[in-house]
Amino acid sequence: MTAFLAVLRAEWTKARTVRSTWWSLVITAVVSLGLAVLLGVQLSASSSAMRTDLGPADVSFYPLILGQIALVALGVLMVGAEYTTGTIRASLAATPRRGVFLAAKALVATGIAAVASIVVAFGSFFAVQWAFGEDGASLGDPGVARAVLGACLYLTMMCVFAMGVATMLRSTALSLGILIPLLFLNSQGLASVPAVRSVTQYLPDQAGAGMMRVADDGTFLLGRLDFGPGVAFLVLLAWVAAALAGGYLLLRRRDA
Amino acid sequence: MIEVERLSKQYGRTVAVDDLSFTVKPGRVTGFLGPNGAGKSTTMRMMLDLDRPSAGRVLIDGRPYRTLTEPLRHVGALLESRSVHGGRRARHHLLWLAQTNRVPAARVGEVLELVGLADVGRKRVKGFSLGMTQRLGIAAAMLGDPPVLLLDEPVNGLDPEGIVWLRTMLKDLAAQGRTVFVSSHLMSEMALTAEHLVVIGRGRLLADTTVERFIAENSQSYVRIATPEPARLREVLAAEGIQVTDSGDGALAVHGVDPARVGELVAAHGVVVHEIAQRSASLEEAFVRMTGDAVEFGR
Repeated sequence: MTAFLAVLRAEWTKARTVRSTWWSLVITAVVSLGLAVLLGVQLSASSSAMRTDLGPADVSFYPLILGQIALVALGVLMVGAEYTTGTIRASLAATPRRGVFLAAKALVATGIAAVASIVVAFGSFFAVQWAFGEDGASLGDPGVARAVLGACLYLTMMCVFAMGVATMLRSTALSLGILIPLLFLNSQGLASVPAVRSVTQYLPDQAGAGMMRVADDGTFLLGRLDFGPGVAFLVLLAWVAAALAGGYLLLRRRDA
Repeated sequence: MIEVERLSKQYGRTVAVDDLSFTVKPGRVTGFLGPNGAGKSTTMRMMLDLDRPSAGRVLIDGRPYRTLTEPLRHVGALLESRSVHGGRRARHHLLWLAQTNRVPAARVGEVLELVGLADVGRKRVKGFSLGMTQRLGIAAAMLGDPPVLLLDEPVNGLDPEGIVWLRTMLKDLAAQGRTVFVSSHLMSEMALTAEHLVVIGRGRLLADTTVERFIAENSQSYVRIATPEPARLREVLAAEGIQVTDSGDGALAVHGVDPARVGELVAAHGVVVHEIAQRSASLEEAFVRMTGDAVEFGR
């Protein structure tokens, strides 16, 4: 256990001593919170009926869809940079047990992403509600607190999922090239074809959309799911577990 | 002590390391010699369990690398390829490495001092010269004060002063009873640094011997004679049972005798001679000849 804590501590040192970590976090915060304020102010000029229609709490999750890109990039970079710089060889020579290495790295990513997610999810929520004034939702309203927490979980899990994917692919560019289109594929219209939707609703971003919504009847702003937020969480958890397991198996088998 | 037992590594159909067995003993510098592409780096990566052997195994003080707890306290390694994040400050690189194996943080300052990088510890590594990066790699290898050191081409990028510094340090470390295993493709460098040699070519073991014996066995000397009458001279020498070959530069090479004896014979038979000189094939030539053969045998 102390051995694992030592590696965990080292991974935290690694994360905090490169600038890309801090840049990713700053960009996540600026994009999410900046968009939240803009969106809130824009919509507060429209009719009260429209705001109520959109769902004042659901609106505050929109900015996070863009903000998550920087968190996904952080997850990718934490592993990708090991390979582009060759640090992976020093890392594995110091921690030959691949499972310990990957677990420590994933746990540090989880911690960093969780803190960032709580800041941007709650920040975005409060910014939009502030702009909406008396039309705004409150955390005490039914389903709202669950949806905001769902947003925190979603963002955190996407960062770790991205890390698992990068571990499998060993390349920053390739990982981002696959992950970023994946995040927007559905919102770009795939989901409007019913036959495709029945499959694509299980993709990580769709499950995420299901986690961060107030109503639990399956509808949300960008589409519809056949399952509620609880199942959505399990679907995303399966994606994260699969990505990490795949990364671990390949890390064990491959030459560094 | 490092024990390499019947180690092999194949990449597809290419054999990088072929049934290699040798032992690296403590208390002396062992040079690991071979031309580029001979399999030195692959062997060293397998010693650190970075690459998986296709067959065979490596034991470090009797144990496989993967089973070592806090391996940096057992083995310090400098790998040939760069393994540092350029955006990280030198001392931070050493700090995370130290933390993985619970080496006290104070050790970071000590090893920076040891390799002469104390002044640039707070600088980002991307601004480092090749020589400074090598020194940082050596600092990393020394972090855990390990009894076994593996250095892959540590001389690369070092300036002459750095080379002398490294040579002295490696000898000191061996004198302290540590196992020091250093790879190089330069015979001349190994002749100055190492006491023992492990020579490989095309992944196969060619020699496992002391430097002294390697030199004695492989650096042949001969007497070079330039003459306008090569045919007559060959007859004279052949009559005495002396072996003659072409020296490769238009003169004759006479083996197994000293220049005085050749001079006396030449005078006695009245052969015209323009030059008689003692020559010795350099160690580098011996090395090239040996590994060159290995290339041919491998085909």
